[in-house]
Amino acid sequence: MKLKFIEEKIAKLLMISSAIVVFAFVANIIYTIFLRGFPALNWEMISQIPTGGYYNGGGGGILNAITGSLYIVLGSTLLGLLISIPVVFYLNVYLKKDSKLAYIARLAFDVLFGIPSIVYGAFAFTIMIYLGMHTSLGGGILVITLLIIPIFIRSMDEVAQQLPKDLLDATYALGATKLETIRVVLRQIAPGIATATLLSVGRAIGDAAGVMFTAGFTDSIPTSFSQPAATLPLSVFFQLSSPNADVQDRAYSAALILIFIVLVISISGRLITNYFSKHKI
Amino acid sequence: MFTITVAAILLVVLIGLGLYIKSVPIFNQYSIWQLISSSEWKPGQGKFGFLPFIGGTIWITLIAVVLSLPFALLTSLFLTEYSKSWVRKWVFTALDILAGIPSVVYGVWGTLFVVPWISEKLAPNFVEYSTGYTVLAGGIVLGVMILPLLISLFVEIFSAVPREFRDASLSLGATKWQTCKHVILRKTFPGILAAVILAVSRAFGETIAVLMVCGNLPELPHSLFDSCYPLPALIANNYGEMLSVPMYESALMLAAFLLFIVVFIFNASSRAVIYRIESRFK
Repeated sequence: MKLKFIEEKIAKLLMISSAIVVFAFVANIIYTIFLRGFPALNWEMISQIPTGGYYNGGGGGILNAITGSLYIVLGSTLLGLLISIPVVFYLNVYLKKDSKLAYIARLAFDVLFGIPSIVYGAFAFTIMIYLGMHTSLGGGILVITLLIIPIFIRSMDEVAQQLPKDLLDATYALGATKLETIRVVLRQIAPGIATATLLSVGRAIGDAAGVMFTAGFTDSIPTSFSQPAATLPLSVFFQLSSPNADVQDRAYSAALILIFIVLVISISGRLITNYFSKHKI
Repeated sequence: MFTITVAAILLVVLIGLGLYIKSVPIFNQYSIWQLISSSEWKPGQGKFGFLPFIGGTIWITLIAVVLSLPFALLTSLFLTEYSKSWVRKWVFTALDILAGIPSVVYGVWGTLFVVPWISEKLAPNFVEYSTGYTVLAGGIVLGVMILPLLISLFVEIFSAVPREFRDASLSLGATKWQTCKHVILRKTFPGILAAVILAVSRAFGETIAVLMVCGNLPELPHSLFDSCYPLPALIANNYGEMLSVPMYESALMLAAFLLFIVVFIFNASSRAVIYRIESRFK
């Protein structure tokens, strides 16, 4: 009789300590990067593009990578939203609950969600070679769009599936066509869209393997879709592989900037999600 | 809208097909068995043995899952069965951060923290010398990376178990832990398996972080303190030069195709299981 209570105590202790370990990992990662990245961080890094000798310890910064990443994230998020909203709408309003197509679609998007970004990168690269395209901002945007569409669709779909049927019936009763109900549906799944955008932006900005061969790398800021674009994760990666200690320190600062951007996005995203939830029934 | 939906579904088929067509040339020259059982990798001489890369990938994936599974199970049981709601909120925030950290940052963390720790503290107890850029380092970094995925899946699965099951068990005099052990874990076992398979397939394809901590030596590792060279790292490292060596492109595409096939099978099967579980409890 006693034994099971002892077991209970031990189990509980183990559980609490494993939760603490999870916390410790988060703290350790952020602390480690901060410790090494903060001393080398300065305004020059954020506001200038690399000068000629940058990767040998010369002056300049990583503005090229910051803007490149932001361009790619912005472009692919817009494109991703344009493609995925109609799909979610179709799945939830036009198709019946037990539709085979809907089942297959959900399965397909879940599978796509799991496909590693390096495979997307390799696939997109072969297509770009086939089309005669060079590494470019446009290519980077395309591959990241492919990467985030499944995230968009599945996380919006989660919310859209909760949509009350009565609400749709009410709009039909007022004489709305299926297409017109999109205005009601959109408002209802707005928090879902915000969360989905948040998740995709986080994944898009942190992805390195996909853009490696499609967006390329450059020291200047791209001015058109056909020029190559630098990205922050790749910038961290390249600087870290330099033998020069100063350049490595900059890699740590670049990583810190990357973390900072991701955290800002996720915190502001949470606030936006709360704001958008006000229309929800 | 129908067209966009179908086109998006077809993307899966398209990716698989595209990669397969690109890897056909190498299939024509070597048998699949030759390719995956040979460990000689000398593209210049036309020798393409994938064994070291496949071996490396399997090693680090296994280590990652073995290391993170107990933590993930215990933490998610704690979150669903024991913790107060404010604790849950904090842990979920931490998990969100962990899930949001880009993989290159995990790589940086690995080189700054895990690698030195292995080479200075851990390895000297077991082997004479290790650089720290090892199978183990890759496994640890990957293990931390899949933690948030595992925990969020587990929490979802555990919360799908109806309240009555717990009440029935508790009213028979079982402690909470006994309820967890005999009711929840047993009831959700297929789901746990499916979640683990999903996490495995995530770990399989992770590129940049493992590339930074694994050492990238194309030899089959013999111990935890050897370097290894996982498949995704192979693709990432050699993409630039592949067009100059014959069959190289095809070999790398085969690597991508192998990744795709494994991830596809793992994902499709485990998702199907998860759907079944969720609909059963609804």
